[in-house]
Amino acid sequence: MAGDLRKVAYYPGCALEGSGGPYDRSTKAVVKALGLEMTELDDWNCCGAMEVKNIDPQVQTYLSARNLAIAGDMGFKTVMAPCNGCYHNLKKAEHDLAHNPEAAGVNRRISAKAGHRAYEPGGVETIHALDWIKKAVGEEELARRAKGRLAGLKVANYYGCMYTRPRHIFPEKDKGPGSESTLKPHFMDDILAAAGATNVDFPLKTACCGGAHSLSDSDMSTKLVLNILTTAEACGAEVIATECPTCHTGLEMHQVRAEKVLGRRTSVRILYFTQLLGMALGLSARSVGVQENLSDPGDLLAEKGLG
Amino acid sequence: MPIHEKSLIRPENLVTNDSLVIDGVDVSGHWSTFIRARTITDYNEAMEEEIAALPGGENIHRCWQCGSCTNACTVNAVNPEFNPRYWIYLIRQGLEEELLRDKDIIWQCVSCNKCTYACPRDVVPEGVMKATAHWLELKGHTPKSPSTHFDESFHDSIVRTGKIEEGRILLEFLKKTGQPLRQPWLEALVRGLVKRFPVFYLMRMGWNTVMRPRTRGWRRAGAAIEDYVQERKAGQARALGLDQEA
Ligand code: SF4
Ligand code: SF4
Ligand code: SF4
Repeated sequence: MAGDLRKVAYYPGCALEGSGGPYDRSTKAVVKALGLEMTELDDWNCCGAMEVKNIDPQVQTYLSARNLAIAGDMGFKTVMAPCNGCYHNLKKAEHDLAHNPEAAGVNRRISAKAGHRAYEPGGVETIHALDWIKKAVGEEELARRAKGRLAGLKVANYYGCMYTRPRHIFPEKDKGPGSESTLKPHFMDDILAAAGATNVDFPLKTACCGGAHSLSDSDMSTKLVLNILTTAEACGAEVIATECPTCHTGLEMHQVRAEKVLGRRTSVRILYFTQLLGMALGLSARSVGVQENLSDPGDLLAEKGLG
Repeated sequence: MPIHEKSLIRPENLVTNDSLVIDGVDVSGHWSTFIRARTITDYNEAMEEEIAALPGGENIHRCWQCGSCTNACTVNAVNPEFNPRYWIYLIRQGLEEELLRDKDIIWQCVSCNKCTYACPRDVVPEGVMKATAHWLELKGHTPKSPSTHFDESFHDSIVRTGKIEEGRILLEFLKKTGQPLRQPWLEALVRGLVKRFPVFYLMRMGWNTVMRPRTRGWRRAGAAIEDYVQERKAGQARALGLDQEA
């Protein structure tokens, strides 16, 4: 990671303005508490989400590249995206522009017509909120500030699909000790362990929740989510920590749907890792947006002396 | 999943005779089970190229049928009929009729890219699934899937405003697919939320209808995207031979 990691550009993406509101709120709260600094991109646009590539992948590349161009114009070398989907799309644009001449051509063509500079690969690095907190702050500092506030909390860390797949768009991963693994990611585990939590051994870290069809094929999503929830419970987790608004709302929505439609009740709680980290840093549950989550983890937090 | 991922013989093609005598020898019963012969004459030789011409299908020719994709597949674990390796085989052989037996489930691919991760040949099976579902729709074999409705609503929202308006897309989607807004589980969600946080929740709903999220200065970018997409669509229609029919 290049440049000064204390200051990065912030790409919230559409979900964090809507259903992922609590992720946005908790990310901002944690960033402030840790003394980091981020500046929201001016006039950013949607990265293409999971849908635009099905209309045309080159359009998704352009949409993501436009945001990278803005980050560059604002003088940033690093852009931080907390949403897995955004993170994935910006990374993919970076890769495609460097390796696929057709994608680069379409990007130049649409950018010219839209009246702005075409982003050239290599200008800006995209990182996830996990990368940022782990690299810019580090476990030692986190442990010092968290004072073990998450002690006794059993967490299953859920990374979803787009943080590690497809592997070729994440050239910095799988580079041995210290780097992130695409097979068994651990950055969230590392951060929450530093904050005192007990990470359970969870085999479905990168399983899919069916988020792409959360509503268009809800029966499939409910089955996939239920599998994740019951496995987390079987592993002894009280909380599933998430790092993606789509995964997070998917788990919450289909937890309710599994109960209403299939009669399968699960009680594991679902919180953004930034919400857990925020409370570990001594912030209140309210200031990390816990009351905006679809499910109510109040009793568990009270039992653990959090919030 | 077991390595034996698919039986090549459908039950209706297995024949047993309860009483059969051939040359004076009684061959009745189970042990003389045989497979009905079939002759294939209607290969669709254009199918592979047509699917390769759609976004995501480009690398289908690289497949060497190792089966890693099916073995890793999220949806296959839920429904064994969902089989990317097998469909790629059918497409490359031109076995359209066989492919059409599964036409209603191909769109269910959840784009998890487990297949892409596992594939040793960079086929990007996820893309091939999308291209195949797309092909089925363009050829009129299947109606637009709920997922296609979703993709189109998202895309339209972005072209119009630069951003996604979740609430509006959700309403539009339920309408397009003819689903009631008042589904018990959706209601349970909203009720729970309103109970715990009524003022904020209602405020945000209200705020989003007044202040629709949009990107400033987006008009030219939106028009440039639309322009490009129309051109691409015309090219795809040509590749599939759909332009003469129109
Ligand atoms: S797990 Fe679900 S929401 Fe998360 S990245 Fe995968 S499909 Fe998307
Ligand atoms: S992307 Fe689709 S085909 Fe590939 S593993 Fe996931 S569900 Fe299966
Ligand atoms: S993993 Fe790749 S090469 Fe193997 S069967 Fe699937 S698409 Fe073909």
